[in-house]
Amino acid sequence: MMTNPTGRLTQGQFSFLADLTDDEIALQVEYGLGRGFAWSVEYTDDPHPRNTYWEMFGMPMFDLKDAAGVLMELRQCRQAFPRHYIRLVAFDSTRGVESVAMSFIVNRPPVEPGFGLVRQEAEGRSIRYTITSYAAVHPEAERYPR
Amino acid sequence: MPSPLYSIPGAPTAEAAAAPVADAPVARTVNEVLAESQAGLVMDELDAALVGLAPVKTRVREIAALLVIDKLRVNLGLRAETPSLHMSFTGNPGTGKTTVALRMAEILHRLGYVRKGHLVAVTRDDLVGQYIGHTAPKTREVLKKAMGGVLFIDEAYYLFRPENERDYGQEAIEILLQVMENQRDDLVVILAGYKDRMETFFQSNPGMRSRVAHHVDFPDYPADDLLLIAERMLERQDYHFGAGGREAFREYLARRIQQPQFANARSVRNALDRARLRQARRLFEERDRELSRDDLTTIDARDIRASRVFQSPTTPPAA
Repeated sequence: MMTNPTGRLTQGQFSFLADLTDDEIALQVEYGLGRGFAWSVEYTDDPHPRNTYWEMFGMPMFDLKDAAGVLMELRQCRQAFPRHYIRLVAFDSTRGVESVAMSFIVNRPPVEPGFGLVRQEAEGRSIRYTITSYAAVHPEAERYPR
Repeated sequence: MPSPLYSIPGAPTAEAAAAPVADAPVARTVNEVLAESQAGLVMDELDAALVGLAPVKTRVREIAALLVIDKLRVNLGLRAETPSLHMSFTGNPGTGKTTVALRMAEILHRLGYVRKGHLVAVTRDDLVGQYIGHTAPKTREVLKKAMGGVLFIDEAYYLFRPENERDYGQEAIEILLQVMENQRDDLVVILAGYKDRMETFFQSNPGMRSRVAHHVDFPDYPADDLLLIAERMLERQDYHFGAGGREAFREYLARRIQQPQFANARSVRNALDRARLRQARRLFEERDRELSRDDLTTIDARDIRASRVFQSPTTPPAA
């Protein structure tokens, strides 16, 4: 689609910016820790704007004081899933529930094929539209080959 | 990855290194640096708060001096690499290893060597799991919590149990070694334990010994230092020695040191607690007397001489 010529998944914060460097990620994590958020690492290989529940890579990290701990976990996730989407999620517990306060993608597959528009003809001449990812055409382990 | 358009603290940028800041006055002498940083304050506080412990104070003074000199080097454009700060505290029980480790976290934070300055105190059970696959996540959890501060491992030699082949302590040691080497800037590890057992532990793990840069031995306190510690403990609890109390306690110490199982400052604390109990019992008897502030805060000679230590026959003092 010409609205997203690079095909990047623009989900979460900073997704329209260039990829964050490790130092920038550490800065964001420090900001979250300063506000008392608990960080968690999640990954998926199924890109879609409506895919909000990704796989958890370990439990959310409560009681952490420094960004180095979160980055340690992130490095491990990158090692395990180098070609998946990986994101960092921050949970805020101030209102008695863990609500997501921050969420940004920190790792992307090398090539993102992008999305296509699917039209479905319904009764009469009305059309229902949806978006599908070209990556999800392939089975799970073969979506982002080297 | 494209370089960012703004500056990030901690990331080296070519422009910042090339253009020297000419307007801000940079420190060139030690006193100027001391005026800006907290190094001098930290040293004075340490000297005031801890009794004795000369090797510890010397080492901390050296680290503080290195920080000051490093700042001068950076001001001149020279490189200044963070030194390895992992430490090993050995000594008999009650010599202040845990107390100093708690303070070390605060000291290193105020000197600027650790980012957050919190202390995570663990023993073997917090690092080693009970079944295969349990140890690594457990150790990593602890390490993540300690990042940015100090990890204090008490009785570190229990990690290594060569006689039990189903023991997972070795795995924890290996993870520790890796993090101690690769993430020196993020974490400081302090091991503590009794001297002979720590020596055996280091002999079996040469990798651990080479990563620990500062081996600090905590000597036993001499009697005068113990008396000073006792007075400070009493002062902290709003007590003081009464007439003859100080002398009585000095005699008590002379006898107690020769008895077995003497645990330095901890024994002193126990002895003072028992003296408080005796004082309370003594004051309890006088039901109708109005107890003044002085009555309630004085530890008398009788409270100390009632100890069992005075009843056993004295051994002649060692030459």
